[in-house]
Amino acid sequence: MRFAPTAEQRQFAASLHDLLAGADTPATVRAWGDGRHEPGLKIWRDLADLGLPALLVPERDGGLGGSATDLVVAFEVLGYHAVPGPLAESVAVAPSLAPRESLPALASGELLATVAQPPLVPYALDADVAGLVLRVHDGAVERTGADGEPVRSLDAARRLFPVRAGEVLGTAPAEAFELGVLAVSAQLTGAGRWLLGQASAYAKQREQYGRAIGSFQAVKHLLADVATRLELARPLAHGAAVTMTARDVSAAKVAAGEAAYLAARTALQVHGAIGYTAEHDLGLWLTRVRALTGAWGGAAWHRARVLGGRDG
Amino acid sequence: MDLDIDEASAAFRDEVRAWLAEHVPRPALPSMDTAVGFQAHREWEATLADARLSVVSWPREYGGRDASLLQWLLFEEEYYAAGAPGRVGQNGIFMLAPTLFAHGTPEQRERILPPMARGEQVWAQAWSEPEAGSDLAALRSRAVRTDGGWLASGAKTWSSRAAFADRAFGLFRTDPESRRHRGLTYLMLDLRAEGVTVRPIPQLDGEPGFAEIFLDNVFVPDADVIGEAGEGWRVAMTTANNERGLSLRSPGRFLAAADRLAALWRERGEPAQFTDRVADAWIGARAYQLYTYATVTRLAEGGGLGPESSVNKLFWSHLDVALHETALDLLGPEGELTGPWTDGYLFSLAGPIYGGTDQIQRNTIAERLLGLPREAR
Repeated sequence: MRFAPTAEQRQFAASLHDLLAGADTPATVRAWGDGRHEPGLKIWRDLADLGLPALLVPERDGGLGGSATDLVVAFEVLGYHAVPGPLAESVAVAPSLAPRESLPALASGELLATVAQPPLVPYALDADVAGLVLRVHDGAVERTGADGEPVRSLDAARRLFPVRAGEVLGTAPAEAFELGVLAVSAQLTGAGRWLLGQASAYAKQREQYGRAIGSFQAVKHLLADVATRLELARPLAHGAAVTMTARDVSAAKVAAGEAAYLAARTALQVHGAIGYTAEHDLGLWLTRVRALTGAWGGAAWHRARVLGGRDG
Repeated sequence: MDLDIDEASAAFRDEVRAWLAEHVPRPALPSMDTAVGFQAHREWEATLADARLSVVSWPREYGGRDASLLQWLLFEEEYYAAGAPGRVGQNGIFMLAPTLFAHGTPEQRERILPPMARGEQVWAQAWSEPEAGSDLAALRSRAVRTDGGWLASGAKTWSSRAAFADRAFGLFRTDPESRRHRGLTYLMLDLRAEGVTVRPIPQLDGEPGFAEIFLDNVFVPDADVIGEAGEGWRVAMTTANNERGLSLRSPGRFLAAADRLAALWRERGEPAQFTDRVADAWIGARAYQLYTYATVTRLAEGGGLGPESSVNKLFWSHLDVALHETALDLLGPEGELTGPWTDGYLFSLAGPIYGGTDQIQRNTIAERLLGLPREAR
């Protein structure tokens, strides 16, 4: 047993991190929410150059033939930087749903895809930028399109489009849904880590009563609880990527959602009023976490599945 | 990244499972915190030792099997899944023995480890004092130099197993001029020696799971000092990391308990208002298991435990309490009736206190993992 990312996976994560750290993702997220997609699409092309969209596409179709564990390691980094766009949908879910002739374009990043799977995934994220809009319904996958204007998400950068029924392409493998849940879980733990890092940094620097607020136990203990939850959520996502059982995938989603949300609430509390402003970046992560907590199945649905009550 | 069990480890696990199925006592042994139960648990340690299963992670020469960390985890998973008795020897096996492996002399290991492995000598811990709990470095018990050893005096308290144990280990101030972490020495004591008074303290369940130990010029030979005189704090920290980290709370016991909780929930007709809490118990136990596998991987690759030990302890101590509270709530009016769930519940309540309270763990996580500034204390 070697239950840790491989050297190759760590290297891939590091190169994603290097790219995104210099990409000003907060400005990109704001632009995306205003319907200005160009900065986000530029990041997407750079991510494609690193091979991100090719991860789960089979080698014979121009992909890298990677594993779910590769996916989870990469999506932690994407979540950490709050990269906007239909990433889980295009990179994690679409490769096992899309018609085979679309796979090379999906792998190269020329084609962005998005997926709806009502009732758990009622809308198609960013259907206006996706060249391929899929809908999973009653176990079948359909090619469809956006149906009208987007509805507004709490996270302005999540542009959600209603979709209509479409032309049936075939049977949807259950694995597609599990991979979507996993990708979102990893994004959540990544976002949680960013929030914890910001809150810790702020607590070291912000002074009240003549000392750094991070020296007060009331603040320390809040942040220690977040660190603990995040530390224990990550192995669940990794473990679910290894086993791919419905139970483990759901456990990963519940733990990641709870840990990231606790991180978001705590980060806001530690920052105080400045964190509540639109100008501060914290809100971008907070609303993202809140939205992703319910995306691809909320906590109640996944908890019931952990106890064996439901199938994916 | 994988969760594969190699062939040798799988074979070991199967052997353990088969052995336990045949040997785990039914009905369960009486509480180890009673005189009768203590003796029964002592005998169980010998039964385990006969099968070379009492200290699987130790080297063969001391009664172990040189089991890898993974194999030790598998052993623990099987052990708790089988509902086998609590380990009366655990203070010695999981706290003193690692210290002896790290800092003891060959003579000490040869003399002390084999009877420990067989339950012939059961060890109590003697850390806390009336004025030194979370702030262990405030301890006042002292030992003064005498011919061939030390004379130890003072009071230790909350000493687990001390009511019935044979020997104890702990820290004593050997340099009266020293302060805090300096000038302490790690001593092993005979609880039957002249000058020792043990006063059992009944716990929440009414049984004396711990005791006070009063020492009045108790002779401790030089052979029973671990490490150098004055270096006790450093020596003891090996033990502290073992207690909070991997050794004392293996994931096996939480997974077994979470499975029993889910079974209870099903038995009671899957009440919807408990779905979330029962699921969370399983999720927490699984998270802790996988987190431990990740830790084992890190250790196998030369990493250390560090402040992650505090993360570990904070997590499982909460998980254990929440899991048992859920069971009692599920049982409703029958939740107060004594049985395995109330036993487990009362036991779980000690978790957030011993081995460093939750609050101390949070300070450690905040300061050492997150780098927040230290506070005067």
